[in-house]
Amino acid sequence: MKLYISEGNPHCLKVVAAVELTLVQCDVQCVNHEERVVPFLSRPALPALLLPSGGHLFSSNAICQYLFETSGRKPNPLINQWLEWETTELQPALLQALHMAVLQGKATEASKILQGPLSYLDQCLSKGTTPCLTEESVSVVDVVLWGALHPFLSDSSPALGEWKCVQAWFERLAGEKACQAAVLKVLPGKGLEVLKPFVQRQPAPASSQRRDPQSCNSTASEAEDAVRVVSEEEMEAAALTWSRGLTACTEPPEKPHPILPQEGRRNLLLTSALPYVNNVPHLGNIIGCVLSADVFARYGRLRGWNVLYVCGTDEYGTATENKAREEGLTPQQICDKYHAVHAEIYSWFQVDFDFFGRTTTPKQTEIAQDIFWRLHERGFLLEDTVEQLRCEGCRRFLADRFVEGGCPHCSYPEARGDQCDKCGKLINAVELKNPLCKVCSKTPIIQSSKHLFLDLPKLESQLEQWLDKSTAAGDWTPNAKQITRSWLRDGLKPRCITRDLKWGTPVPHPDFKDKVFYVWFDAPIGYLSITANYTDQWEKWWKNPEQVELYNFMAKDNVPFHSVVFPSSLLGAQDNYTLVNHLVATEYLNYEDTKFSKSRGVGVFGDMAKDTGVPSDVWRFYLLYVRPEGQDSAFSWADMALKNNSELLNNLGNFINRAGMFVTKFFEGCVPAMELLVEDKTLLAQVGWELRQYISLMDKVKIRDGLKHILNISRHGNQYIQVNEPWKKIKGGDQDRQRAGTVTGVSVNIACLLSVLLQPYVPTTSRTIREQLNAPAACVSTMLHAGGSFVCSLPAGHAIGTVSPLFQKLEADQIEALKKKFGGQQAQKVAPDAAAAAAPVAVNDGVVVSGADPERAKQLMQAVAEQGDKVRVLKGQKAEKAAITLEVNKLLDLKKQLALAEGKSAEPTAPQKGKKK
Amino acid sequence: MALKELSSLEKFLGLKKHNKYSTQGDNKVPVLQSNNGPMVGLLTVCSHLVNEAKRPELLGTSTEHRAMVHQWLEYRVTKVDGCTREEAKTVLKDLNLYLQDKVYLAGNCFTLADALMYYGLHPLVVDLAVHEKEHYVNVTRWFDHLQHYPRLRHHLCPVVVLRNRVYIGGHH
Repeated sequence: MKLYISEGNPHCLKVVAAVELTLVQCDVQCVNHEERVVPFLSRPALPALLLPSGGHLFSSNAICQYLFETSGRKPNPLINQWLEWETTELQPALLQALHMAVLQGKATEASKILQGPLSYLDQCLSKGTTPCLTEESVSVVDVVLWGALHPFLSDSSPALGEWKCVQAWFERLAGEKACQAAVLKVLPGKGLEVLKPFVQRQPAPASSQRRDPQSCNSTASEAEDAVRVVSEEEMEAAALTWSRGLTACTEPPEKPHPILPQEGRRNLLLTSALPYVNNVPHLGNIIGCVLSADVFARYGRLRGWNVLYVCGTDEYGTATENKAREEGLTPQQICDKYHAVHAEIYSWFQVDFDFFGRTTTPKQTEIAQDIFWRLHERGFLLEDTVEQLRCEGCRRFLADRFVEGGCPHCSYPEARGDQCDKCGKLINAVELKNPLCKVCSKTPIIQSSKHLFLDLPKLESQLEQWLDKSTAAGDWTPNAKQITRSWLRDGLKPRCITRDLKWGTPVPHPDFKDKVFYVWFDAPIGYLSITANYTDQWEKWWKNPEQVELYNFMAKDNVPFHSVVFPSSLLGAQDNYTLVNHLVATEYLNYEDTKFSKSRGVGVFGDMAKDTGVPSDVWRFYLLYVRPEGQDSAFSWADMALKNNSELLNNLGNFINRAGMFVTKFFEGCVPAMELLVEDKTLLAQVGWELRQYISLMDKVKIRDGLKHILNISRHGNQYIQVNEPWKKIKGGDQDRQRAGTVTGVSVNIACLLSVLLQPYVPTTSRTIREQLNAPAACVSTMLHAGGSFVCSLPAGHAIGTVSPLFQKLEADQIEALKKKFGGQQAQKVAPDAAAAAAPVAVNDGVVVSGADPERAKQLMQAVAEQGDKVRVLKGQKAEKAAITLEVNKLLDLKKQLALAEGKSAEPTAPQKGKKK
Repeated sequence: MALKELSSLEKFLGLKKHNKYSTQGDNKVPVLQSNNGPMVGLLTVCSHLVNEAKRPELLGTSTEHRAMVHQWLEYRVTKVDGCTREEAKTVLKDLNLYLQDKVYLAGNCFTLADALMYYGLHPLVVDLAVHEKEHYVNVTRWFDHLQHYPRLRHHLCPVVVLRNRVYIGGHH
């Protein structure tokens, strides 16, 4: 057996005394504090005992108990209770006291902290009948408590005088030979000095209480981060950084035009997936691509990187042709109309594109055809005849999204012609089971025609080599990597790049002159052509992988086209294209736990957001707060109101407003002089730490996580103001007034830092704060450059502007009204939808089983609808779970009967998922 | 929280008589009034329940085993309870490494340490994203095993350990 100890560590005092007392054979080795003896712990833990079995004990109390038991002493419940008290009650107090006494030289205050535990110990000893804590002779409890208290009690501390019984007990133990030997070995020096290296390595104790164990779930995630502890060194470093102030003030330069890559700078090219022109984007689309990319673009610009952010509408395809037919316009007119709608929505959301273009431009034709010819010349295109679905009713070939049927892989009944929404696999439209034209619901026929294919198998090894490098060096989100990996694992097949349509980029090959490019060959080329419409020197971005880093933002369904298909085209074209370095994919955002659906009128769509009366910044804040990063998330009105009121209003807004108001009211609008005390420095260190976290997360495009750290900073700030009460101190004597000044000055500087960190998320609010504080422009570059430094950017004497509240409360009735407006249609419609669903499905599936009873079905349909309403009402009232379950079961039963009456098999009834049309 | 945990443990141990607990202090330390005076502290009360149920093996079957159980129980109340987000990462990382070649925390059988660690880690594991669960694969495996351990879960919701369907690259 081997025992590892380090000098100046009170825990080691316990175990060495235990070894001496029990005489257990054990090899004691003294090591450095930093030595990692226990292989599975990431922080050094001493003392540690290597057991004969090869296991490790790293708890000093467990080691002591083990030694005592080995020497034949029986454990008992009382011992357990004392040991638990020592670890959970005494140790936290001791750690805090040691910190004060050893590092801050405040011995008197340290002994105050120990009053509680010592008084308890004294009571127990005085009531006890034995000289030692649990029995006549020295037990493991005595050794453990003696070792823990030794640093304080041996020093004839002022605390001890009051506690006679503790004093007698302690002196008795201190007289033990074993204890004396332990002191010699572990604490060779005099006084508390010898403990310093040990205490410095301990996390400084948080003055605030431990996290309430009840609130461990998501609601507490805000509070829990606040309890981080700060070491002495951190504190001093933070104070030093702070005192540096703003460095030479370089005004952020105006955006040049055009923005081009520059030698010696980080050149970032950002794209967000091109929204399809004739869908009005919903909140999920907005957060998934344009808003996420916007936040990162703004952040990049603040960091001093050279950023170009391009996006635009994807305009070609049958859907546009159709829409044009519906509205009696030409496809070009439709695109013009809806492009403007998109541009307006994004501008309302303050998405700051460097260029927002479109795919229906001559540049698109030029670049797409160039890539096509290059692929053709290099033999990466194959010719093949394809069987295609043609709807005789509509007299045209059915594009992928215009046919629906059963998925050949997972049998999901609503798979689209190109991809299954359920299993995510790609589908060849002719493989669909029971295909139906989505326009007229007729069954299409199969007709063959000649098409061109991108020879993906031939490009596969090149692609894999590139992917290995890109995913290893870049910041690909885990879902992007996994989706890509699964595609490669399944093996690549040639992919058709031509279509029998009119509204598209024409295929220049004479043999295919009536065809256009398939949208997924064409659309990503839009990134290039949109850049080309922005600047003639677009190739400096797109054919410059040495200088440019490319970020693609999208939702997860778009990943394969950006990680596999498009890079293959570019690799095959062999023109030194810039390929994606960082692929950032979000998961899905749901709407109040269901999906956004235009046809059902469920959810908030981009054009409606501004009619809600909720400011653009609040929308941005909430969408980013629930950004589906790593997991699907949901938009909820109630939650939006809650987050607005608790985070924006009560946390962030409240703090910034208070800080500014104190300057205005108490110091005539000029930042007061600041004399930093330990607690101020602690706060600086905490804020500095949050700032560094923010930067390291944002550098990795963890946008939602970054926001949490901003909110932590204002939480620290609020707590700081609350504890220091400057509004009371300002009325006190000189010293108190100075204290009020320091607290106000530090707070208003934190507000200034917050304005910078908030800029990517809520740009208008950020600007307002800086105007209110009259903040110098240089504060941005100073605080966010390199690893980030929190400096005093509003020095004493700085005059701030007029302070006013930043946010407004969202009232419950307002939210209730909005919820009704945007989700209301759904509540009324689901029931008829679900009921109506059954009939067409039954016919379509061709499984009209005998035994169907239309009359009964009608009655049941009514009953299902009524029961459905009942359940919804109950759920709305948050009724007892049991009551809801009871009604839900009735509903399910009714649905089963209904299905039978309609001649369907009862099993797969999932009415909400039934066909909606 | 601690009280729910105690009631779950009572059920797990099959104790017929359900005790009444009180708490003391800001940290809501559970207290049980017994014939020998008050028992204070989660570990103390739990050990007492185990002895009541005549299941001493749950506290360890040898000196070494008992010390191991003690150590992990202590780890639970000092390191897991009330940990910050950063500390939680360390806890998960360390446990993940430790559990690499183990089925239970102490020795080769289920002990009180497993039960209380399961209760204590639950709020942490609930919050893990799918890919994090994959990252802490050994903790996840142990956790899943424990949540299916007969009659242990009670007051806690089951944590879905299956992988999200989206990661079709997953291997199961």
